Amino acid sequence: MKCIAFIQTKGGQATKAGLEAAGFAAAIGETVAIVSGELNGDGGLGAVGVGRVLQGPADLDDGQLGRLVAAAADQEGAQAVVCAQDHLGKAVAGRVAVRLNAGLIAGVTAAPNGDSYTRNVFSGKATAQVKGATDRLVITTTPNAIGMPEATGGTAAVEAFNADLGDRKVQVLEAAAPSTGGRAPLPEAELVVSAGRGLKGPENWGIIEDLADAVGATTACSRPVSDIGWRPHHEHVGQTGIAIRPNLYIAIGISGAIQHLAGVNGSKVIVVINKDPEAPFFKAADYGIVGDAFEVVPKLTEAFKAL
Amino acid sequence: MDFLVCISKAPDTTTRIAFTEGDTRFNEEGVQFIVNPYDEWYALVRALELVEAGGGKVVIAAVGGADCDPILRKALAIGAHEAVRIDAAPEDAMQVAAEIAAYAKGQSFDAILCGKETIDHNGSAVPAMIAEHLDVPCIALCTSLEYEGGKAIMTRETANGIEKVGVNGPFVLSAAKGMAEQRIPNMRGIMAARTKPLNVVPASGAAAGTRIERFALPPEKAGVKLVDADNPAELVRLLREEAKVI
Repeated sequence: MKCIAFIQTKGGQATKAGLEAAGFAAAIGETVAIVSGELNGDGGLGAVGVGRVLQGPADLDDGQLGRLVAAAADQEGAQAVVCAQDHLGKAVAGRVAVRLNAGLIAGVTAAPNGDSYTRNVFSGKATAQVKGATDRLVITTTPNAIGMPEATGGTAAVEAFNADLGDRKVQVLEAAAPSTGGRAPLPEAELVVSAGRGLKGPENWGIIEDLADAVGATTACSRPVSDIGWRPHHEHVGQTGIAIRPNLYIAIGISGAIQHLAGVNGSKVIVVINKDPEAPFFKAADYGIVGDAFEVVPKLTEAFKAL
Repeated sequence: MDFLVCISKAPDTTTRIAFTEGDTRFNEEGVQFIVNPYDEWYALVRALELVEAGGGKVVIAAVGGADCDPILRKALAIGAHEAVRIDAAPEDAMQVAAEIAAYAKGQSFDAILCGKETIDHNGSAVPAMIAEHLDVPCIALCTSLEYEGGKAIMTRETANGIEKVGVNGPFVLSAAKGMAEQRIPNMRGIMAARTKPLNVVPASGAAAGTRIERFALPPEKAGVKLVDADNPAELVRLLREEAKVI
């Protein structure tokens, strides 16, 4: 099966989520990547199994990107289009699916099993095996779920590509300002330190920031903490916030309500620190410390710094 | 401004998920259904706020059978002016988006607002699909929506942080947390909802692009390994040497 992989780049290199998507596509079949804008060499795509890279124009909006990717799929006779289920993928994949009259399997979390794909449903409380019902398919891959492809050492030829993209309809008025202090955005973060009402007030978040700095983690919080304004909304992880699947999730002073667990149970390893030994979160945890966050967290920070 | 807000029926957030018929169907027995939270708390409430401030109307639309009527009445009780139910069993994003777009094409909405995802299928796919059918922009993962001189101004989440964008003319957006605050319907709203129009329209017969073969529940955790509170260094050692995540 021929694939087109739509890959987001940053500083001319494919993003980590993009490399995961490219590797996923290459495992399905012969893969040609399409990028918009700046590219440094082949952007690292040849090394994960991409044969050729089509380089489209820069500064396209979501509608133009949809046209670009669909045109590339048509040119290459691709039966599948793959991209990451990241911010951009959520804006573009649906458009490509409509243009190609292709079914969309969104947020796949494992390598393909024949023509069946695994994805999370019910906010991570369950998984589903999904098949396409159309000739062509669009598949998006959940960041940090399927693993990085093994490097093959190959390089991909880069060709300029363009198509009838129509006019830009979305004007960017103010460029993006980082909301995570230079750390990975939560949906893509590998390490996350999160805290809840057990911290007693926003003035106590210093120990959480210190631990996150020592670990190299992105900070997150529970719903009550963002609802009462202790922390910004974009830090809320859970069923009605952001679903995350880091390698390590450290939850401090969070009891572990079912809605919170739904958003974080894709984490590979969960550490729970809570003074209540009956907190339900311990049942979903791999490691735990029963103790007062104000005593345990600074000690844990020192232990990470000592590495 | 006239807004179309797309809403979906979803199991309550506290639902324990179970399957039936050989793990091919969600077991709805005893499940409390709600308006999908992203659709209700953020998309619907923001549309109502804008209409309250500047006039116009809010129409809500859902694709579903008569089992959707209670959640449509709930959205009417919160303040929507009319409801439309497109009469088809929802199968996947492709079908639902095509049905919503087919309805919206015959209307003249200034904007179509959706939640960023449903809490049952989590695909985040429908808003962009509706936008492509209608050939209008889709602003995904919005955290605010304002109008300045007829132009819609939105902030959205991107991989690089928060970005401010502007759009002239109709558009679709998907609403994320921060756009508005949840509203609880009052008794007056609940009474008024009984007499507001709930129009059932025939589906266009759009086809699904995918099918679910089987569901599964995630494997249970093996059990927590507790570390002494006086010895966090042991936790760091386990994370490095046993779990190998740092």
